[in-house]
Amino acid sequence: MTNIVVLVKQVPDTYSERKLTETDHTLDRESADAVLDEINERAVEEALKIKEAGEGEVTVLCVGPDRATDAIRKALSMGADKAVHVSDEALHGSDLVATSRVIAAAIGKLDSVDLVIAGNEASDGRGGAVPAVVAELLGLPQLTHAHHLAVEGSTVKVDRETADEGITHLEANLPALVSVTEKINEPRYPSFKGIMAAKKKPVETYTVADLGIDAGEVGLTNAWSAVQSASPKPPRQAGERVEDDGEGGTKIAEYLVGQKLV
Amino acid sequence: MPAERTLPNTEAEDLIALAREIAREELAPVAGEFEQAHRFPREQFRLLGKSGLLGLPYPERWGGGDVPYEVYLQALEEIASAWMSVGVGMSVHTMSCFALAYYGTEQQRDRWLPDMLSGQLLGAYALSEPHAGSDAAALTTRAEPDGEHYVVNGTKAWITHGGEADYYTTMVRTDPDGSKGISCLLVDAGTDGLSAAPPEQKMGMTASTTAQLVFSDARVERERLIGDEGSGLRIALDSLASGRLGIAACSVGLAQAALDEAVAYATQRTQFGTPIIDFQGIEFLLADMAAAVESSRATYLEAARRKDRGLPFGRQASIAKLVATDSAMKVTTDAVQVLGGAGYTRDFPVERYMREAKVPQIFEGTNQIQRMVIARELRRG
Ligand SMILES: Cc1cc2nc3c(=O)[nH]c(=O)nc-3n(C[C@H](O)[C@H](O)[C@H](O)COP(=O)(O)OP(=O)(O)OC[C@H]3O[C@@H](n4cnc5c(N)ncnc54)[C@H](O)[C@@H]3O)c2cc1C
Repeated sequence: MTNIVVLVKQVPDTYSERKLTETDHTLDRESADAVLDEINERAVEEALKIKEAGEGEVTVLCVGPDRATDAIRKALSMGADKAVHVSDEALHGSDLVATSRVIAAAIGKLDSVDLVIAGNEASDGRGGAVPAVVAELLGLPQLTHAHHLAVEGSTVKVDRETADEGITHLEANLPALVSVTEKINEPRYPSFKGIMAAKKKPVETYTVADLGIDAGEVGLTNAWSAVQSASPKPPRQAGERVEDDGEGGTKIAEYLVGQKLV
Repeated sequence: MPAERTLPNTEAEDLIALAREIAREELAPVAGEFEQAHRFPREQFRLLGKSGLLGLPYPERWGGGDVPYEVYLQALEEIASAWMSVGVGMSVHTMSCFALAYYGTEQQRDRWLPDMLSGQLLGAYALSEPHAGSDAAALTTRAEPDGEHYVVNGTKAWITHGGEADYYTTMVRTDPDGSKGISCLLVDAGTDGLSAAPPEQKMGMTASTTAQLVFSDARVERERLIGDEGSGLRIALDSLASGRLGIAACSVGLAQAALDEAVAYATQRTQFGTPIIDFQGIEFLLADMAAAVESSRATYLEAARRKDRGLPFGRQASIAKLVATDSAMKVTTDAVQVLGGAGYTRDFPVERYMREAKVPQIFEGTNQIQRMVIARELRRG
């Protein structure tokens, strides 16, 4: 029996316009449609595959505002068994260190966790460090950036993809933490049956106080970094068009040399 | 802009979110290509089935979703807004299950309904014939009893999914006596003596096959008779009253897609130094399109709510079908106008929407027939 915890986050839909609030430069969560982060759908999918191949229970853990229940229900409707939701006004604007502490404390509330699966980064903040920090806080081996994952008995094996050094094969004893990249799988769609079943699945809700964390240690005012100002990305410049009249290759090479790219 | 909906509960919200996700990720990206290649989207129907979208308004006991029509139709609208052929297919499949779900025996339902509602089997509804369109009761496809079988001879016309479906909910004549001699058979597509003619070459909805079905001494087991002999026309008309609501919802989805495309274009296209949406001539056109879309949606939802409450809804269903399909025709035509020359080319989807909008004014009872249904009730008082 493998007890798996999947860390899930609700993020603004990448299809809708995303922006920061005027007042404190935190993410404006009200202005955009909120969805379960796509990378987390893959993390849930991976957990469900492990469960379906053997025996296990999948718990999704979400730190986020009340509205994040929608993202939690999505994960439950895909097939996760239960959920933990940490929701607290005090968490608004928390940085990734505080968020990781809250996640680690919430995992501590669950008994006998064998495997924690997270996405390697969220599509909104993109800090990409939460999985490593959580592993560090829990004293778990961290197998990050996995594009393949297998649990064999009491070990977990992953293939990690690094920028240009090929593939690293990692192995650790359970319990362990794995973060997965978007290449790991194609997540399933929920079914309407799954949606109906999700209604009846248990969701435990905690405040930071429930986790033994002082509200004064989290939130925007206690963040180690703050966004001072923000401006939209400049519009993309039109590219240079090369007509291939037989010399296309040469022209492209000349262009690249001109830009000192080759 | 996605349609703003008021839904009864979170399951309904999650269902609409699922329909939207499938529409956006799996249907919209390939619709244009499949339509141009006249390619039937069988795999896409399988995905809808697996997701529980092909049996939504039927009892859970046989694998249905048990959702009210009010909710089913809005999920259908989302699918149709991404791809009309798939929306209409979902509606026709749902209608093809109606006869068995409401008129079948317990035994028949246990045997066939789960595979139909799960979308394992794709359905079709076969009423029309070459000489019996609006006058459906004039149908002549004959079913003669022969021991444990009926021997069926005749031609069904215009059958959506003809040649692609796994079963056909088919109206046949078991007695020469006019409208009382019609019966309903649930015909397996693999029946010997049943074949589909080459598909019709249509103006639009070219990914959806429409074909004649030819029965030539086809032997259909008598246990596939749904309801009593002679009750076929009532079953057919009853199915159509609900089916029309599906066509209304699909048409609203199509019109919504055209409106969204027109607004997006009008916002970025400038002429005379101004985005064209700022010209009153265009802005009013878009406002009228939005009014047509939203009032049509309200009209089919009102009919659906009556049905969900067990109230008579035939007149309201006909009104919804009439209003929504005429609106879709106007809105898609105006969308082409908003896009100007670009709208008339295949670089944009609105010309396809306009071609697709024509047929809902014709099938499941032409809009002249809808007016007759409405007027008949008015006359009755
Ligand atoms: C793409 C497509 C898919 C279809 N799918 C199916 C299907 O899956 N199953 C199925 O059974 N059928 C299907 N049909 C058939 C469709 O329902 C018929 O085409 C429709 O009922 C009209 O019949 P008809 O074409 O014979 O036209 P006709 O009945 O010949 O009508 C011709 C014209 O006369 C008008 N008219 C007829 N009678 C009257 C009257 N009394 N008063 C005033 N005007 C009248 C009509 O409104 C129409 O404008 C489909 C048709 C199409 C085009």
